[in-house]
Amino acid sequence: MKVLVPVKRVIDYNVKVRVKSDQSDVDLANVKMALNPFCEIAVEEAVRLKEKGIATEVIAVSLGTKVCQEQIRTALALGADRGILVESEVALQPLAIAKLLKAIVDKEQPDLIIMGKQAIDQDNNQTGQMLGALTNMPQGTFASEVKIEDGKAHVTREVDGGLQTVALNLPAIVTTDLRLNEPRYASLPNIMKAKKKQLDIFTTEELGVDVTPTVTTLEVEPPADRKAGIIVESVAELVDKLKNEAKVI
Amino acid sequence: MSILVVAEHDNSSIKVATLNAVAAAQQIGGDIAVLVAGSNCAGAAEAASKINGVVKVLAADNAAYEHMLAENVAALIAQIGTQYSHILAPATSNGKNILPRAAALLDVSQVSDIIAVIDAETFKRPIYAGNAIATVKSTDSIKVITVRTTGFDAVAAEGGSAATESLDIVADAGISSFDKEELAKSDRPELTSAGIVISGGRGMQNGENFEHLYKIADILGAAVGASRAAVDAGFVPNDMQVGQTGKIVAPDLYIAVGISGAIQHLAGMKDSKVIVAINKDEEAPIFQVADYGLVADLFNVLPEFEQLIQQ
Repeated sequence: MKVLVPVKRVIDYNVKVRVKSDQSDVDLANVKMALNPFCEIAVEEAVRLKEKGIATEVIAVSLGTKVCQEQIRTALALGADRGILVESEVALQPLAIAKLLKAIVDKEQPDLIIMGKQAIDQDNNQTGQMLGALTNMPQGTFASEVKIEDGKAHVTREVDGGLQTVALNLPAIVTTDLRLNEPRYASLPNIMKAKKKQLDIFTTEELGVDVTPTVTTLEVEPPADRKAGIIVESVAELVDKLKNEAKVI
Repeated sequence: MSILVVAEHDNSSIKVATLNAVAAAQQIGGDIAVLVAGSNCAGAAEAASKINGVVKVLAADNAAYEHMLAENVAALIAQIGTQYSHILAPATSNGKNILPRAAALLDVSQVSDIIAVIDAETFKRPIYAGNAIATVKSTDSIKVITVRTTGFDAVAAEGGSAATESLDIVADAGISSFDKEELAKSDRPELTSAGIVISGGRGMQNGENFEHLYKIADILGAAVGASRAAVDAGFVPNDMQVGQTGKIVAPDLYIAVGISGAIQHLAGMKDSKVIVAINKDEEAPIFQVADYGLVADLFNVLPEFEQLIQQ
C-alpha cells in the first residue's frame, strides 16, 4: 500500500509569536521554522505502517517556496521514502493546497493519505477534509488510532463527547490528532541518508491549478492583554475574593 | 442575504453551540435558516424552530445522517448550499469535520473559527494559537464559516416560530460507515457551555486525584477540564482537554489547578472572565493571566477550598 503524507513548514512551536509593528502579519524574519507537529505525527504513523509491512512506500509532499525542501528532508530522515515539492511563490490557501494535492493524488494513486489535522500557524483545520471532497475519498479526521483491516481503515476519532470509530473504504484520508503516536527523533545516519533520497519538484502551473487566494488578510493584531491580577495569601482570602469581589461563586 | 446555519444537535434537542452560531448569523444579517440533519431528529427540528431569529428549519431526517458522517452531510450541505450567501456551523468537532468538505464541494474557501463579524464579508479569527488575531475578507460567492462559540453570546432558545420544511435529499456516499463510539457520561454541565470550569494539570499526579476536582465541581455546578499534559499522561479522557487543539472555553470563572500554563493551554481558556490559578510553582506562566493566584500545594488547598465554598 502506498501512503502519501502532506507536510507543512511552520514556525517552531516553541517560538513566541510577535505581530509586526505595521500589523500586516506576524514577524517570521529570523525565526526558527520546523515541521508542523501534527505533520510529524502523520509521518510517524505512515512509517510505522511501513515497519508493520502494511505500507510499501511513504511519499512526503510539501507545498510552498524552495525552503520547504527542509521539511521534506526532515520527513525523509524520519523514514519517508521519497519527496515531492510543489513550488509556489504565492502563499497557498487550504482550497488551493487541496487542489494541488488532488493533482498529486491523481499521479501517485495512493491507498492512504495521512496528514495533520491542522497547522499551528493558521489553525485552519481544513485541508484534509477539502482533499476528501475533491478526491471523493472518505475522511477520518482527528485520529487517535488507525487500524487497517479487511481492506478498510478503521479510524478512532477524538470528538467533543469522547471517541468515535468509523470504517472507511480505501483509498482514504486520515488527519492526525495529538495522541495518535509519539514521533521518533531522526538519527544522524538517517539524516545523512535523507539527503540522497529522491525529491521531485513540480510547479503549480505544471499541475494546472489556479492558486489565486480568495481570502485576504487585512490586518493582524496582538490579542487583548489581560491585566495583571493579584496573588492571594490563603484559601480563605481566595474564597472571599471570589464571593465578594468577583462575585462568581 | 440568506444564511444557512448547520445545527449541532443530538436528534432530540439542540446544543447551545447552535445558538452561538445563530448569534453570529444575526450579526452578518439576513434571513436565517437552520439545517437539522440527523436520524429521527424531529425533536431537534422542533427545538430549532423555536430559536429566536430563525425563519426556516430544514429537516433532513434519514439514516444516512445518523452519525453525522462527513461524507454524507457535506454532500447534503453542498446540494442545498448554493441558495445561500453564507453557510455557518459552530466550530465543534462535527462542524470542523463536515464544513470544509462542504466548502470544497462548493469550490469556495472556508473561514475557520471566527470570533467577530465586521461586515458580511469581513471577520476576525485567531491564528497562531490565539497569539495573533487576523482580520480577513472573503471574496467567495458563498462564505463558508465556522464559528468559535465563545466569541458570540447565545441567542434565546425560545421565542421563534420558524416554519419547518422536510428535505427528502438522501446523500449517502456509501464510502464510510459508523463502527462504534465511546462517549463520556456525566451529569455535570458541558465544558464549552458551563459557567464555571475547574481544570487539572500534570500537578494532579494521577486520575484518582481528579476526585478532588469532581467534588468541588459538583458543589459549584461546574464542568471539569484538563490540560493536554494531564490527558497525555492518561489521567483523564481526551474529551476533557482544554486548549488550542482541545476545547475552547470562556466561562465566568476558570480555576486552573496544577496547570503550568503552556501557550497551547492558554489558547483554550484565556478569554474566561475570571481566572484563578493554584500552583506551587510561583514562576508558572499561568499566573500571568490569572486574576487571583494562590502559590501553594494543591493537595493542601483543595480540601480547604471545598470546605469553605460550602459555607
